[in-house]
Amino acid sequence: MKYTKTQLEAVKEFLYKIADDQLILGHRDSEWTGLGPVLEEDIAFSSIAQDKIGQSLHIYEILHALGEKDPDTIAFTRNANEFKCCHLVEYPIGEYDFSLIRNFFFCHAEHIRFNMLAESSLDPLAKLAKKYRGEIKYHVMHADTWVKQLGRANEESHKRMQDTIDNSFNLALGIFEESPFTSELNSMNIFEGEKTLQNKWIEAILPVLEKAKLVLPDPADWKPAYGGRTGTHTEYLQPMLEEMGEVFRLDPKAEW
Amino acid sequence: MYENAYVDPKQKVSSLTEGEDPVKLAEFEERIQRGEKIEPKDWMPKAYRKQLIRMIEQHAHSEIIGALPEGTWITRAPGFRRKLALMAKVQDEVGHGQLLYSAAETLGKTREDMINDLISGKSKYSNVFNYPAMTWGDTAIIAWLIDAGAIINQVTNSKGSYGPYCRALERICSEESFHLKYGHDNVVFLATGTPAQRELVQDALNRWWTPIMHFHGPPDKVSQHTEILMKWKVKLATNDEMRRKFLDEYVPKIWDLGLSIPDPNLKKNEQTGQWEYTEPDWDEFKRVINGDGPCNKERLQVRRWAEERGAWVRRALQKAEQKYTVPLA
Repeated sequence: MKYTKTQLEAVKEFLYKIADDQLILGHRDSEWTGLGPVLEEDIAFSSIAQDKIGQSLHIYEILHALGEKDPDTIAFTRNANEFKCCHLVEYPIGEYDFSLIRNFFFCHAEHIRFNMLAESSLDPLAKLAKKYRGEIKYHVMHADTWVKQLGRANEESHKRMQDTIDNSFNLALGIFEESPFTSELNSMNIFEGEKTLQNKWIEAILPVLEKAKLVLPDPADWKPAYGGRTGTHTEYLQPMLEEMGEVFRLDPKAEW
Repeated sequence: MYENAYVDPKQKVSSLTEGEDPVKLAEFEERIQRGEKIEPKDWMPKAYRKQLIRMIEQHAHSEIIGALPEGTWITRAPGFRRKLALMAKVQDEVGHGQLLYSAAETLGKTREDMINDLISGKSKYSNVFNYPAMTWGDTAIIAWLIDAGAIINQVTNSKGSYGPYCRALERICSEESFHLKYGHDNVVFLATGTPAQRELVQDALNRWWTPIMHFHGPPDKVSQHTEILMKWKVKLATNDEMRRKFLDEYVPKIWDLGLSIPDPNLKKNEQTGQWEYTEPDWDEFKRVINGDGPCNKERLQVRRWAEERGAWVRRALQKAEQKYTVPLA
């Protein structure tokens, strides 16, 4: 497909956003390896992390085909201001409740996004979306199972879950920061838009939270953490990227 | 350690079977002689059970403690290919821990008790993980040569007599063989790469040679009680036999890559067919295994911290009416 300059910019911005979210959250989730509350969770978080990083790689490959640098260079040498990920994925793993709720919020949104993208006119992305929504379904099931268990198990776990939802919901809303290219993406039939995605997302998470006896914050307090999509990030992203690229940057021309 | 059986040298050999019913003991030994596997509900001597719990438990601990030095490099692995492979490898190691804790549980000790013994320092794990993985080169050497040593040990032990442990080891070995390929590939890229990459891997090999030589445990001349443990197929080869097998398979491969091994006396005696080498510092081995290694404190602190931090999650999984039952496999 031949794109105009603006259309190409729109497509790239959109792909970067999705891939960067997956890479950064995959990286964070991998930090649980060896440290989980039960061995089974070390293993589960690692599987989820591997899926997400693998998916990001394939989207960077689409970007490479559109003229961007190769996936390793894109992922391992950019600085924070060149990343388009949302703030939610950047935060350190924190306590298990935060990492779990983060995955719960993010994976639901990602699952819906990939379902929407399965019908996208951007063919390579639609193909990936069809393949990967099957993987993400399990990430959603994992998060739902734990959220329901911990939301209802005892007072301590319930309180942790509710506090974490209250403290991280605005970060989650940052996933849906509207793109300056919304109308281009829409008219090209690539993606319907973040607003639609957010509405579907609320519909998807509410029934799970209800079963878990958890609630979302009052809409009056919804203050989305925007900025990530335009390269403004939390203090946590740059150090994470420096760590991630530490060996690669020793000699980016070398084969590792 | 990924471990060879071991009995306190001060303990009398006869004490291992003291008080056992001689008829049952003879039947048990005949079954092993015939190549049958002993299963969880079968009769077994107390010393056999104790040895196996100790071995399997320490093996499980080694897997999850071993995930720490390599795990810290997941976040720094250079490039997608290495990052994804290392994540999968370390995940496998944790999975092996899970599998082995289950195998040990069939002998009557709970995972919780085993982990408590690990973090209190009562129970040991492979000594090599008390050394730091200082560079990316170290992770490559660990994935290749430590895993190679472990495979030699595990393949040997998978021919043992206790069913659940053997079955766990068979699965573990098939996964470990991929780790070995990953580790070798990683070392090949470094050894044949830029001068800086080559230096990285040579430095790592120099640092890791002593722990590698320690890996299979003290020399046979100081180990005791081997006979009865071999008869019970708890121990299937001596420490020196496994070390020689390792040297036989891997020294030529290391030399092929143009890497040097920091032992001027290392050579194969063409007449005897045996490897000759400088005995590594066994005092250092004892010091480290008794808690005075470069990372002992850190490893246990991290594990303790993870246990404490995750305690609320485990509490939320408990149901008052549920009772613990010993799994059968």
